[in-house]
Amino acid sequence: MGSGFPPEAPFVLVEKLKGAMRLAAVSRAALELGFGPGLSLADARARLPDLGVADLDRRADTAWLERIADGCDRYTPMVALDPPDGLILDISGCVHLFGGEAALRGDLVARLERLGMTVLSAIADTPDAAHALARYSPNPPYRAAMGRGTVEGGGGVSPTMANAGGEVAKPIHHAAHGPPPHALHREDLSRLPVEALELDPEEAVALRRAGLRRLGDLSSRPSQILAARFGDVASERLARVAGGCDIRITPRRAEPALRLERRFAEPIGRTEAAFAAIAELLGEAVRRMEEAHHGGRRFEAQLFRTDGLVRSLRVETGLPVRDVALVMRLFDERLDTLADPVDPGFGFDLVRLSVPRCEPLAPLQLPLEGGALAEDELAQLLDRLSTRLGRNRVRRLGPRDSHIPEQAVFAFPAIEGGPAEDWPAPEPGEPPLRPTHLFDPPQPIEVVAGVPDGPPQRFRWRQQLHEVTLAEGPERIGSLWWRRADNGGLARDYYRVEDRLGRRFWLFRHGLYGREAVNPAWYIHGLFA
Amino acid sequence: MNESRNTLAALRSRIGAIEGPKPSPAERFALGLPSLDAQLGGGLPRGRLHELFAAGAGDRAALAGAGLMLAMRLGEGPLLWLRQDSAVRAGGRLYGPGLADLGFDPARLIEVVAPDEAGLLRAAGDAVRCAQVAAVLIEPWKAARGFDLTVSRRLSVAAEKSGVTVLLLRAEAEPGPSAAYSRWQVRSLASAAFEAGAPGHPAVEIILLRHRGGLAGLRACLEWNREEHVFREAALSGTGFPLSAGRPAGAGDQDGCGPEQLGERLSA
Repeated sequence: MGSGFPPEAPFVLVEKLKGAMRLAAVSRAALELGFGPGLSLADARARLPDLGVADLDRRADTAWLERIADGCDRYTPMVALDPPDGLILDISGCVHLFGGEAALRGDLVARLERLGMTVLSAIADTPDAAHALARYSPNPPYRAAMGRGTVEGGGGVSPTMANAGGEVAKPIHHAAHGPPPHALHREDLSRLPVEALELDPEEAVALRRAGLRRLGDLSSRPSQILAARFGDVASERLARVAGGCDIRITPRRAEPALRLERRFAEPIGRTEAAFAAIAELLGEAVRRMEEAHHGGRRFEAQLFRTDGLVRSLRVETGLPVRDVALVMRLFDERLDTLADPVDPGFGFDLVRLSVPRCEPLAPLQLPLEGGALAEDELAQLLDRLSTRLGRNRVRRLGPRDSHIPEQAVFAFPAIEGGPAEDWPAPEPGEPPLRPTHLFDPPQPIEVVAGVPDGPPQRFRWRQQLHEVTLAEGPERIGSLWWRRADNGGLARDYYRVEDRLGRRFWLFRHGLYGREAVNPAWYIHGLFA
Repeated sequence: MNESRNTLAALRSRIGAIEGPKPSPAERFALGLPSLDAQLGGGLPRGRLHELFAAGAGDRAALAGAGLMLAMRLGEGPLLWLRQDSAVRAGGRLYGPGLADLGFDPARLIEVVAPDEAGLLRAAGDAVRCAQVAAVLIEPWKAARGFDLTVSRRLSVAAEKSGVTVLLLRAEAEPGPSAAYSRWQVRSLASAAFEAGAPGHPAVEIILLRHRGGLAGLRACLEWNREEHVFREAALSGTGFPLSAGRPAGAGDQDGCGPEQLGERLSA
């Protein structure tokens, strides 16, 4: 965020569409000057030469939306993205924690506006209704956006929101609790334009030509007529938007096995203090897991800042654990390795600990003769190294049934447990046929070899000439021609060679001389001990 | 003369106190070549730091192979191989089938790749303290100035405490001051050819550069016997081959392969 333009100056975000630079989003100031999405940049510049222009960065927008969604985890675990610029929150059952729907919505909007977002929000009975209300209300409240372009396209065409934090919140009211269904929302919904159904543009035009301009015009008529003329899609969209049909959202994250949180009356500004609270929550989580005979494999600490951003730290263990000190040590390791340290900002007002993955773990029994339980020492070492370096940097090797050398082995994180398969034993009496070190990809070398398929006599690798004294080969390894659309791929002729200084190499000729390649290239693929 | 002898004895006892107790024969692991083991007093001690230096830039694979073979002599148990990103890029990644071809069970291997030297050092410090590990192989990249006397002292103290044997593999590096128990130089050796001029079993030449027990100048040409996990004396290289195809002149005496004193070579 933060595009370097003063908030009051008009600026636009542009994107290349069909070979022309067109406005994708405009700031409020630009909107008031009459610019809108879809206008070509050349036209816009002609009207206002000192217009601020920046490229639209959809990836950054998505990342920002994800961050906001993380922050919304404080309200409800059921948060879903509504790309490109919306979020849907299922707030059923969460409202009372915040003192009612209006209070929740106010809190959310206030936090986001503090971040410089322009927020359009709606609360409705179904996700689709909330989506339509937030995006297609005839008179959306405009608010100034800082640093980010926000726009609502005017006119009769379907409004486009780009780069806005369009917040769509919705409760699902069950019969057992909550206020009665919103008569007011029904009315609002019926006043929405037919574009809110998000049908094909031609169909929306056809509806308008038929004199059906608002959802109310449609819902007052029998749905068969609509289905006969515009298809099942239109009647289904209408049912979903008008609230007759309720499709649940798919939350971004699965519900963790265990979740504990603590709210602070006053924001706390020190990360250490926040982690002390996490340690207390962890103690509680350990007690609960002990009762269930469970141990955690993954732990996540979330620190929610008052301004709505959230910082998550995740750690993972190879074996299920129930040890507060151990997990806190892993969190410390993770804190040490962060590229950008945790910034408390104006303080954290909520910390949460979740255990997304639990596995059975029998109660521990200390040995009668005393002494520590040392058998997990290696697992703890691997947890620590994996947390510090990253799980893919601490790995084991497993065999794979493939004759392609680079695919005959796979590396997997050591934290995922021991190897499943045994390695095939080598043929007794044979020298090693495979190198101890493999280059991936193979490195090209210059080779002098007999034509058509003689072994290499000398080769140059890394600017050094090697005289071959011993050579064995070729071991021909065909390509996976059945996997390739063109039935192609070159065969490789492998040679084990030794040079004058006793160094052993694994070389191959790529392609059969004369048949597959005119002048086959040579590569070094590995080194023998 | 007497005075100086007394001073010498006093100094020796003081140094002995600093060095700590000498490892007993039970804590040693034999290399499997009787003549070499006899000269080493029964092999190399476990739970110590041993340094292996590659003779040249091209001996990196031989160095890694020798380190792995020594680790196999230590017996069963998980083996941690700590490497550095740049070493993986330049030297290739560890290849399971090839390790299995040396008689090693790749399921024992845990490969740790650190992004830089500091990360490698820290990981090594942690790994050496874990008594469940059978051996730790540390492979820093080139000069690796971080591996100084202090670090090697710290590693060897931790190794003595936990009983983990640490093998430091140094390629393209100059031997510096260190607290390692022994220091070897490893060079790849022409193998005894198989039929039709095929390269044979892996062979290395090792030279003892330094030893806490005062030995120096041991030199041996070793061939790895995969089936028995044991070193044996390398057959004379170049059998059936012209001698010029063996070592270049000055790289070592062809006929003198086997453990022998090379005091003059080191003093030179």
